[in-house]
Amino acid sequence: MWLKLGQRLVSLMIVMFLVATMVFFLTRLAPGDPAALMLGDQATAEDIAQLRQVYGLDKPILVQFVLWLKEIASGNLGHSIFLQRPVIQAIAERAEPTFFLALFSVTIAALVGIPAGIVSAVWRGRPVDQIVSGLAMLAANIPSFWLGLIFIQLFAVRLGWFPVAGYGEPGAPFVERLAHLALPATVLGIVNSALIVRFTRASLLDVLSDDYVRTARSKGLSEARVVLRHAFGNALVPIVTVVALTAALLVGGAIVTETVFGLPGIGNLVVSAVLRRDYPVIQGALIVVAAVYVLINLLTDIIYTLADPRVRY
Amino acid sequence: MDTPHLLSIKGLEVRFRTEDGEVTPVRGVTLSVAAGETVALVGESGSGKSVTSLATMGLLPRPAGRVSGGQILFRRRSGEVTDLVTLPLPELRKLRGSEIAMIFQEPMTSLNPVLTVGEQIAESVRLHMGIGHGAALRRAEEMLGLVEIPNARDRIHEYPHQMSGGMRQRVMIALAMSCNPALLIADEPTTALDVTIQAQILALIARLQRDLGMGVLFITHNLGVVAEVADRVTVMYAGQVVETGSVKDIFQAPRHPYTSALLNCLPARARHREDGRRVVQSIPGSVEFVKEGCSFAPRCTLAADICRTGAVTLDDETERSVRCLRWREVLA
Repeated sequence: MWLKLGQRLVSLMIVMFLVATMVFFLTRLAPGDPAALMLGDQATAEDIAQLRQVYGLDKPILVQFVLWLKEIASGNLGHSIFLQRPVIQAIAERAEPTFFLALFSVTIAALVGIPAGIVSAVWRGRPVDQIVSGLAMLAANIPSFWLGLIFIQLFAVRLGWFPVAGYGEPGAPFVERLAHLALPATVLGIVNSALIVRFTRASLLDVLSDDYVRTARSKGLSEARVVLRHAFGNALVPIVTVVALTAALLVGGAIVTETVFGLPGIGNLVVSAVLRRDYPVIQGALIVVAAVYVLINLLTDIIYTLADPRVRY
Repeated sequence: MDTPHLLSIKGLEVRFRTEDGEVTPVRGVTLSVAAGETVALVGESGSGKSVTSLATMGLLPRPAGRVSGGQILFRRRSGEVTDLVTLPLPELRKLRGSEIAMIFQEPMTSLNPVLTVGEQIAESVRLHMGIGHGAALRRAEEMLGLVEIPNARDRIHEYPHQMSGGMRQRVMIALAMSCNPALLIADEPTTALDVTIQAQILALIARLQRDLGMGVLFITHNLGVVAEVADRVTVMYAGQVVETGSVKDIFQAPRHPYTSALLNCLPARARHREDGRRVVQSIPGSVEFVKEGCSFAPRCTLAADICRTGAVTLDDETERSVRCLRWREVLA
């Protein structure tokens, strides 16, 4: 067990190394000299050359890569040019809204999507299935910015139940900050529930015709128990997968939704960093998001072993 | 009805909606099982024997399948005789697993892979016997011992994938027997197992039946198995019963040409078949449903004109019956 876990961690390190390599070289592939961009049009060639030296940009690219790897391996993601603070600090400041937005969105998506998928599968082909499947189709195709704007208009502006945008004043109480997440989390929850509905429905339908479901019925169990204990228990692995995938995507920052609701999250940070060519921030944010992605995958694998006794690592 | 049978199926008709329209895989099946008796229901694939058993359990695949006619009379523990066809589902659920239990063909897939075998047996016991979790698990352990699984105390905590096919079928039997059913329906319980395991499972079912006095409806296509386990035999062809009789009658003096044909397929008989005549023509699989005359006529070498036009009924509804117009001539 521990050996397997060790092997797993080693392979995760390899994944992270590959991610770092791609992040580094893709950023270098982008046109333009960061030093020239930083200094602007008025800069002299000497100024640029000096700045290139400060940031180590004058060294051969492989040397730069090795130096950068050394830095991130020791946990140092570099220094933001524009924000005048370490990248890690910039990310940490923006992590809270993104983390809670992802958490609430996934929770809402799962709480809506899984029961809807179960209902849809159990009453397959009946009106309730057609309604649920139709709504899921609709939710999957609604642009989140549009739904966001509708929600702001309706629940924030007209009804005044929730704040319109932002994440509260700095230092606002936690509850107030959370209130700012209610609308965006609901929007993302609805949009992301569509895939969960369809996965739940499909994987439950798949197992409902299995022999052990018939065995469960032959024992005289109620239909609810047959579906929820015997069928759902076996349909869980694909459902866990799609929920985890949704969570991982949302941690990467729901850029559009964060923008619509003016949330100071990771997505927002990356967008402004790209616009300002703040390369250390782009690289650092991508590394952190990739690390979270990998960790969620590891967690998912652990959940598999709990959901299905046949899965062993 | 003088002494009502434990199970008495009368004129059962089952219909299925398919993409090509409605089919009737079971057309007027009549059979009975008395307490303590094993009745073998024999026929080739598609003869309607499994559908008959599923209809009895109320487990026809919904919404495609439904019972469209006939009665399934079952004598309950209370002595009351109920028609399972018209019994409301919540009432039927109380009988399933407690008074009527079923063993299925595929031991590899019939147990839930994500629950331990102990939980699966205990679940049924708790439901029907109304006892607590701990007591139900002890009952599960006792049942595993009864079906001769060694180390029952440890094995109740195992999952199905940790067991062999033969072990899993023992678990299925333990599950079926856990609430002392009056009737056991065994749908090809040994077909998926290899021959040595098959013999052990048959012996186990026979022993448990003797000890517990159950009625058993044993569905199989294997006449070798029939000879071993059955008291009486009902032969089905194309959704109809073609012959019923004691195991001795059927094996020593079959009346229906189809029954004779099945018997001639047994290796022991094939060796010293005197005249080498073939009774079954064409390959089984797609059974033709004949609108007029005898269903078996298209494959029967002994069929005459009358077989293709006349109405062919089961000659009587007693312990010995045959659905053939010419059996007396043919036998003579």
